Amino acid sequence: MNQFVTYETAWCPGCGNFPILNSLKTALEELGKQPHEVLMVAGIGQAAKTPQYLSANSYCGLHGRALPAAVAAKMANEKLTVIVNSGDGDSYGEGGNHFIHNIRRNVNITHFVHNNQIYGLTKGQASPTSKEGHVTQVQTDGNKNAPLNPILLAIAAGAGFVARASSGDQKQLISIMKEAINYPGYAFVDILQPCVSFNKINTYGYYKNAVNPVGEDHNPADKLEAIKIAMELGDKIPTGIIYREEKEEFHRKNFLLKDGIPLIEQETPKEVLTQLIQSFI
Amino acid sequence: MYNILIGGAAGQGIDTTVAILEKLLKRSGYYIYTTRDFMSRVRGGHNFSLLRFGTEEITSHSYVLDGIIALDGETIELHLNQLTQKGFVLCDSGLKNTKEDSRIIKLDMNQMARNIGNAKVSGSIAVGAILKLFGEPLTYVEEVMKSIMKSEVLDVNIKAIQAGFESVEKRFDHLEGGFNDYMLISGSKAVGLGAVAGGLKFYSAYPMSPSTTVLEYLASVGNQAGVVVEQAEDEIAAINMAIGASFAGAKAMTGTSGGGFCLKVEALGLSGIAEIPLVAIDVQRPGPATGLPTRTEQSDLKFVISASQGEFPRMVIALRNHEDSFYQTIRALNLAEKYQIPVILLSDQYLGDTTACVKPYDVSDIKLIQPAKEVEGEYLRYKLTEDGISPRLIPGVTKNLVAADSDEHDERGWITESAEVRNQMMQKRMKKLEGLMEELIEPEFIGDESGKTLLLGWGSTYGPIKEAVSILNKKEGGGYGALIFGDIYPLPQEKLKKLTPNKKVINIEQNATGQLASLIREQTGITCHDSILKYDGRQIAGEEIVSKILEGGLM
Repeated sequence: MNQFVTYETAWCPGCGNFPILNSLKTALEELGKQPHEVLMVAGIGQAAKTPQYLSANSYCGLHGRALPAAVAAKMANEKLTVIVNSGDGDSYGEGGNHFIHNIRRNVNITHFVHNNQIYGLTKGQASPTSKEGHVTQVQTDGNKNAPLNPILLAIAAGAGFVARASSGDQKQLISIMKEAINYPGYAFVDILQPCVSFNKINTYGYYKNAVNPVGEDHNPADKLEAIKIAMELGDKIPTGIIYREEKEEFHRKNFLLKDGIPLIEQETPKEVLTQLIQSFI
Repeated sequence: MYNILIGGAAGQGIDTTVAILEKLLKRSGYYIYTTRDFMSRVRGGHNFSLLRFGTEEITSHSYVLDGIIALDGETIELHLNQLTQKGFVLCDSGLKNTKEDSRIIKLDMNQMARNIGNAKVSGSIAVGAILKLFGEPLTYVEEVMKSIMKSEVLDVNIKAIQAGFESVEKRFDHLEGGFNDYMLISGSKAVGLGAVAGGLKFYSAYPMSPSTTVLEYLASVGNQAGVVVEQAEDEIAAINMAIGASFAGAKAMTGTSGGGFCLKVEALGLSGIAEIPLVAIDVQRPGPATGLPTRTEQSDLKFVISASQGEFPRMVIALRNHEDSFYQTIRALNLAEKYQIPVILLSDQYLGDTTACVKPYDVSDIKLIQPAKEVEGEYLRYKLTEDGISPRLIPGVTKNLVAADSDEHDERGWITESAEVRNQMMQKRMKKLEGLMEELIEPEFIGDESGKTLLLGWGSTYGPIKEAVSILNKKEGGGYGALIFGDIYPLPQEKLKKLTPNKKVINIEQNATGQLASLIREQTGITCHDSILKYDGRQIAGEEIVSKILEGGLM
């Protein structure tokens, strides 16, 4: 039985990370993944502790730097199922540049952003997705910066799989997670999540009212429609697979990786080195 | 030994002319040593290459010229005073030049090129003239040009060389050398080749002068050599990618110059605490900040030995020449794997861009260190061991689960704040230094061991210091020796302690503060008595060291 085990966490009771962790465990099990086939990658933050709490391979690197490590691990060994779990600060703030460019790179990994619209680990400062006017101990007069719209950004930058889920709806979350993990390319899921300790605005109650799954009539292949949905961020926040497009993934375009033989299993013939040396004579 | 300068504006084809001349002269048996003095611009300015060739090993550039190929008037203005009495200047007769000098040979190369039928072959006309001036035959022209030129322009260029050859008279005699079978390679390409030989599978970098040659060389051979080369969105991505690839089992390396290295510093510590093998090369240029982008300096030593917060074991190897560039890159990849540490290679623009002859690299004896395949019993990624080295398994290759963490962690790789475990893990990591100390390579000694003057250097000043010691000992009948460091951190101390007593010790460095001298003083208490420091972005030449020492004026 391909059981993934979860371990005791350091999260606050009631944290929105628990349903995300449990959904991920279920998604992986239902997909029939084995723990040793899965590499969980994270940066630093509360969400970034996720790899610590699930029995899989784990890489907790630097704040903001999960994506570069994750895509390179996938380049080294395509057989690994590589999943990034990190927060909104990690993914959109410190790691914003990597977010944009790994959409362009389109390596077959999955990126789950635990978006609680606040910095949790550092105890409650504004994040790139905090609402304007959100008062914190740093943004004492209220947050003056407009929040980033990660869904709109991802579609605009050319991501092939863009979804939003909520930690309050595990059934939908598990389903989206499975689709994302199976998507052959960079799959991005922004997961709305309350922070019970530091975000008194975007609470469980808030999300319960706001979350609005896209209907079955939504065609995720329709980019203009997807952009329209992405721009709906009022009282109702659309969730579901907002945009989906089949795109050629990084490995299939790379000369060395296109045939599916993991880089770490490839042997370079010895005579290549001799030929290279000879080319300088 | 002969020395010529090819100078002009960026975009005038200096590189192509030099590349053809280097190959022809090596084919003829000469040892080649070409340095590049380029400005940071794509068009215009004043650029030049110094091509030195002879029948013995050459390790330094020289500013005393036998010939100048001037592609513009400024080249003559700036360099005529370096020309020997027997020397010549070769230039186009259309060149605007205020100086009148009997040594100037004017050829109407542009008109000749048009007559041959291609205005772009004037460089080849100059090559032909140079061959004749140095008493070279045309024997190898066809063979060499075939290896460089596209077939559609081959004939016209060969014709141009012949025309140039016939338009001047011989000035110097051909000298018989035995270096036809040697390689001709730049320091940065040698690093790339060494990386391939060392089993490299993954290279990620962000373009930055003067390190870009390593990136471009690996990209040019990557498909053939099985190396995935990825241009990252920034240097932070570049190093984190290399660490991620290494964690997943691909030997990985990243490269940059000082400014890019600054951005990589946090991740260097990640490699240290997560014990993920990494090789990072810093091809130094003058700083701080943007500094002099295309020029040379050795001012990152103290930076890279202490870069990143916290304490962790690391190794720093300074590349001294074109042998080191190859063999030490292989060794760096092996040491990184063996000790699961970051290994930093220090090169610089001078070494990286200088092309030199080198004995074909011997790859018969290369042994690559690989991570473990599997372990018996319970797997602990950060198991406490006698030598501090824990079994590194590759995730997905083993059924065991592999963890890496930038937080302090226990033997399983799980976060901990236990004081006891913290101490154990710090001690375990630092313990690896003891093993590393055992395999340090002592600095190379050159010259007269009984001499009263000992020169100290590191990295790329190896060649110029070597030439200086040879000149000094010839002139003075001995008395001069030099110790030149390759392995520089941890600092090997045996030869230092043995050879410095009762000598006048002079450090020679391409920086303003004497960073090697300072490191030596800190680690051993040995002080240098004098120093030769240069930080104008131009490499010190052997002859400059000699005159500084003999004529005084030391700092």
